[in-house]
Amino acid sequence: MPELIQCATAGTMESSDAYVEIEPRENGLEIQLESVVFAQFGEDIAQSVQAVLLQQGVKNAWISVNDRGALDCVIRARIETAIRRARGETP
Amino acid sequence: METKLVSTLSQAISAAGLTDGMTISFHHHLRNGDYVLNLVLAEIARLGIRGLTLNASSLFDIHLPLMQHIRSGVVGKLQTGYVSAGIGRHLSAGILAEPVEFRSHGTRAADIAAGRVPIDVAFIAAPAADCRGNCTGKLGRAACGSLGYAIPDALHAKTVIVITDTILPYPLADWSISEAYVDYVVQVEEIGNPQGILSGTTQITRDPVGLIMAELAAQAIAASGLLKDGFSFQTGAGGASLAAAAFLKEIMLREHIQGSFALGGITGYLVDMLRAGCFRQLMDVQCFDLDAVSSIRDDPRHREISAIHYAAPGSRGAVTDSLDVVILGATEIDTEFNVNVHTDSAGCLMGGSGGHTDAAAGAALTIIIAPLFRARLPIITQHVTCISTPGTSVDLLVTQRGLAVNPAKPELARRLQAAGLPVVDIHRLKAQAESITGVPRPVPRGSRVAANILGRDGAIQDQVMTLPEEG
Repeated sequence: MPELIQCATAGTMESSDAYVEIEPRENGLEIQLESVVFAQFGEDIAQSVQAVLLQQGVKNAWISVNDRGALDCVIRARIETAIRRARGETP
Repeated sequence: METKLVSTLSQAISAAGLTDGMTISFHHHLRNGDYVLNLVLAEIARLGIRGLTLNASSLFDIHLPLMQHIRSGVVGKLQTGYVSAGIGRHLSAGILAEPVEFRSHGTRAADIAAGRVPIDVAFIAAPAADCRGNCTGKLGRAACGSLGYAIPDALHAKTVIVITDTILPYPLADWSISEAYVDYVVQVEEIGNPQGILSGTTQITRDPVGLIMAELAAQAIAASGLLKDGFSFQTGAGGASLAAAAFLKEIMLREHIQGSFALGGITGYLVDMLRAGCFRQLMDVQCFDLDAVSSIRDDPRHREISAIHYAAPGSRGAVTDSLDVVILGATEIDTEFNVNVHTDSAGCLMGGSGGHTDAAAGAALTIIIAPLFRARLPIITQHVTCISTPGTSVDLLVTQRGLAVNPAKPELARRLQAAGLPVVDIHRLKAQAESITGVPRPVPRGSRVAANILGRDGAIQDQVMTLPEEG
């Protein structure tokens, strides 16, 4: 899997969306998670973050997910997009 | 002529004989633009009076200084019909030792009229008044239209103080509240900010999901058999409910149906329907926007009504009991059709029944309009966090994926199906929403009762717990 080469973001702070930031790091993963539905869906969101990072082969990064009540598919898509931007894949 | 003008608020409060432990009341027609409640409480605090019960028909974020008066012991107990989210957060955090008492607007009026909720001193914000206390909401710089919610307070409080920023020559003839009920009149610089009178929710939705629901709701009304000459109608001020009224207007004009009246909180959209000939009359307990304010002032077909006349249970004439159709909202609805409008899905107070429970109880057809989910939270639950309006009063749920009919209304289901409308079991809609959002985990609750929700029969219908303690 290609390395992360730059900081990147994806998504918005609109209701029903999520805002994802990612930065390359040297030593392992650091995940920061905030959600307006944390009480109801916090564990599910944390699992989705882990799942996308694993699937994308990201092992060293700081990643922040600020969830505004997004559906799971939206959260996963925003994270994947942020990763691909951090790899320089998309403009 | 002897005037009732008293030169300061402080003198009026003293003259009214307000002492520790009494009950004071306020109306909410100035909504989030109201200065009067804060002015009065600041003066009462300065006078050193404590332990009051505050009865307000609704509380908005502009009233947040009230929290300081609760902390300092000036106010010890609250009775209300609705709280904004900012106020609700404090109440849910348990700022009061005693639970807040919530009543619907109709129940509040009935309880005040019957003396079950005695008011010692009513403070009535009046956009215009004369020196003997005749007052109105139709004139003045902070005109708000109807003063319907203040009328039971004026009629039944032991002492009535009118507070205005606009004194007009005696007699102010087109009064909402007559001098016969008023003890003192106080002039202040400003009673409110006219911008804050406008509700935040009085725009027709442009959200495609909202428009689908609105069109389905209008089609359901057309298919219900109730939409014919003499039809009567109420709708909330939510964007989808207003859009439903717009679709209904199209149908009524196309089919040449003239309704009898529209009721409730009145918006400019209902004023337009009156002018277009959809209704003969508007019955207005509260104006939601400035179009409604100018209409109630200028159009004799647009009548002001008191909260008692609007919705009081057990009264000799509540207009809600003559309603054909009402469209209402919900933060949650459960599979028994119970509706929550008091709390959000996490259990935090952020609303209240207002007239929801009254209109639902009275109308021949009560429609709840709500999307399957908001953000990631499903709206249909197994059990609502709080029963604001019992499912026995609710006939139909309209969502973007179909209509769920209360099983107690098989004839309605038959009519909607015959019209080709998508009737779906409420359990199926719930499962459909959860297949998209996931199943939310139950939210922990705190250990104390934050609010007692009284039903229209005066009994405790449900309780709202405090939020969980930090840590």
